[in-house]
Amino acid sequence: MHRPPFDLRERDLEDFATGAWILGTGGGGDPYFSMLEAKQHLAAGRRATVIDPLSLPDDALVACVGQMGAPLAKQEKLCDGDVIASTIPMMEEYLGRRFDAVMLWEVGGSNGFQAILAGLLLGLPIVDCDAMGRAFPQADMTTFAICDLPAYPWTMVDIRRNRILFTEAEDWSWMERMTRRACTVFGASAATCKAPRTGAEVKRATCLHTLSRGLSIGRTVRAAREAHADPIAAVVAAEGGMVLFRGKITDVMRRATEGWLRGRIAIEGLDADLGQTMAIDFQNEFSVAWRGDQVAATVPDLITLVDSASGDAIGTETVRYGQRVTVIALPAPAILTTPKGLKHVGPRAFGFDLDFHSVFAERPA
Amino acid sequence: MTDILRIGIDVGGTNTDAVLIQGGSVRHAVKTATTADVMGGILATLRRLLDESGTAGDAVGAVMIGTTHFTNAVVQRRGLARTAGIRISLPAARTLPAFVDWPADLRAVVAAPSHAVRGGYEVDGQPIAPFDADAVRAAARAIRADGTTAVAITGAFSPLNPDQEQRAAAILAEEWPDAQVTLSHELGRIGLLARENVSLLNAALVPMARRTVAAFADALAAVGIAAPLFITQNDGTVVQSDEAAAYPVRSFASGPTNSLRGAAFLSGLDRALVVDVGGTTSDVGSLVNGFPREANNVVEVGGVRTLFRMPDLLSIGLGGGTLCNPADPNDIGPVSVGFRLTERARVFGGPDLTTSDVAVAAGLVELGDRSRVADLDPAYVRAAIARIHAMIADAVDRMKSDAADIPLIAVGGGAFLVPDSLPGVSEVVRVPHQGVANALGAAIAQVSGEVDQIFRDLPREAAMARARELAEARAVRAGADRESLKLVEMEDIPLAYLPGNSLRVRARVVGDVA
Repeated sequence: MHRPPFDLRERDLEDFATGAWILGTGGGGDPYFSMLEAKQHLAAGRRATVIDPLSLPDDALVACVGQMGAPLAKQEKLCDGDVIASTIPMMEEYLGRRFDAVMLWEVGGSNGFQAILAGLLLGLPIVDCDAMGRAFPQADMTTFAICDLPAYPWTMVDIRRNRILFTEAEDWSWMERMTRRACTVFGASAATCKAPRTGAEVKRATCLHTLSRGLSIGRTVRAAREAHADPIAAVVAAEGGMVLFRGKITDVMRRATEGWLRGRIAIEGLDADLGQTMAIDFQNEFSVAWRGDQVAATVPDLITLVDSASGDAIGTETVRYGQRVTVIALPAPAILTTPKGLKHVGPRAFGFDLDFHSVFAERPA
Repeated sequence: MTDILRIGIDVGGTNTDAVLIQGGSVRHAVKTATTADVMGGILATLRRLLDESGTAGDAVGAVMIGTTHFTNAVVQRRGLARTAGIRISLPAARTLPAFVDWPADLRAVVAAPSHAVRGGYEVDGQPIAPFDADAVRAAARAIRADGTTAVAITGAFSPLNPDQEQRAAAILAEEWPDAQVTLSHELGRIGLLARENVSLLNAALVPMARRTVAAFADALAAVGIAAPLFITQNDGTVVQSDEAAAYPVRSFASGPTNSLRGAAFLSGLDRALVVDVGGTTSDVGSLVNGFPREANNVVEVGGVRTLFRMPDLLSIGLGGGTLCNPADPNDIGPVSVGFRLTERARVFGGPDLTTSDVAVAAGLVELGDRSRVADLDPAYVRAAIARIHAMIADAVDRMKSDAADIPLIAVGGGAFLVPDSLPGVSEVVRVPHQGVANALGAAIAQVSGEVDQIFRDLPREAAMARARELAEARAVRAGADRESLKLVEMEDIPLAYLPGNSLRVRARVVGDVA
């Protein structure tokens, strides 16, 4: 049985923004701007129809769109749906074939909305899946790379309509290196249509129903707030996650390099964590959390920083001295924690000489 | 604190309170009704304060005024100037124009036709597109032709490089000399939309802020006070009045900040919860190290997203003028008779049953004529008081951030509604002059020092330490006591496009008046 198609309403856009920001693990950029634009398109009578990936014919052709770059750039350059949408006809022109649907490259942060904006503007159905199940900084950190699907062709457009077509790359890390360099030249942000996927590939090599997961997390937060309950506890309970730390931000060190935002935040414990400290390293997204000098959690487990009161996620580009935060962990999609998956998205892929031990490993199934 | 005589004034929506302090103690306090005419109300308050305390105007060393005028103007959508935005960012940020996320009613009052032009900077410092001076000139002429004088200029990444905002301002000055311009880099950090929102709000408020501050100054002159006039800011510090008039948005949250700081001063506690019970609402805040705990993340003012740091407050619709349903003791609020308490409440001969009437019947406070509530059923009174206490207890509990019991300071004209014991509260602290905590918070407001500059070829720690030293030196020059200085804000932004190891560091310290 396939899930029936459904149209996103204004309230769904708000809930998905909340959920996608939590799944963004600090990166992917605040979905707020893209949500604002999507609302305008909805108000203008355009439709965003979400379909089940399992309902796709094997030979369907699916576009996969996303914005790449440093989240800091997006804070100032905001959002332009027609730029992301323009990557798709460019790809169609190269392929000589039209797309049947558009899927999310990355559900976390604002990237989940790029497929929604493209779907709204081009009238394409939006497939309920993505290639990360969260947010990651690099193209070689995707289910497509894990499943050894080709990384090309790839189209890239910037706000000035500078257009690049990458026709071939040896592998995903080469595609990442080439596109990253181009993205940096474009001012640390660019809109991309990644390698096209068939319906068959989408069904076996993506994280399924992740748009729905983001929507459901957002609805959990909304329901908890309306009931004056703790939204963080509600999300942790609904998603099988856990609270890692509560405290106050005492330092934020960030540097924009090679189109990424890297750095480290320091947190001083409050409540049950009084007297303890936590540090979290990030490369766009949070990658490794340290309690004192011990590893507390690593990628691909989702490490998310949320406002201790509101439950809203906090991004690596907006986290500030003095904020009161709760660090939570959510389980990663299974494909990411396989031995092959960990080669692409485990701590070593981020330059940490650490093995992955899921914070959820000790928990009875 | 030195021995200079200081006056603190809080101009609220209902009352204007004033206190005279010296050497850390309260010499005199008065409370008068706020008038529609700003100067008249302040003048009456000052006259009473000086006359009743036998103080000569020229003996006063400083006057600190906290006002909710600017926030209320936004919340109530009145007194705001029509404002045009000029955004320098094209071709970026094209689909989200100025005012895009404003509530429709506020946009209808404030938004004049706005303009976006090519220019702005990328994160690495290169231009997004060449700065389009001709387009700015055309925008300036269109704004002038439209009859708009309030203008906010926002450039992409202007906090990293304000150059294009300044060039646009120069062009505007040539084309439209009467334009009142706010530049976004002076008000905000990275985050174009929120920084632009703040700049637009600021521009819309400047004409009213100028009038208000001038009226304050006239009132001081009329009672013979020649001392400097300061206006309180969101963070519990003060600035000279002319600067406050240019940046009214920085005074948005000074009301609650002053109330919390006043409560800390009156109680001598620097870690406590504070409940301020007014006529319409009760606001619960939290004091940490004598300062309000700040809200995280995005703060909305009148429905507009900003990047302000504001005290974390929980407001509930329960105050001294809140209506009670005579048929159901559990049906209380959120509607209030507000400042009309003395004509509407039963104890004052009015027709409405308010929380104050119930409190008088319960013997919690003496107000008006107690015989007018003698007919209330004691069972109803007990149940209604229990409900009021439960509402306050719930709000207090929601603001608690740790498990240990903590003191609760009860201030405000309706503080009699706060019960003497609550779960999670070690003691309820009632203080003298609790009705004028806001004015006291203004009177004791601190002096700040800020630095925001680029450091080259220094390790990050050294650059931050240097920024802090510079901020401290500025605070001391502005009159702060060095021993009392505290770091309240520290932020650094790496500037990848500049040669060497360049870092923009913003540091802000505050201290007591020496």
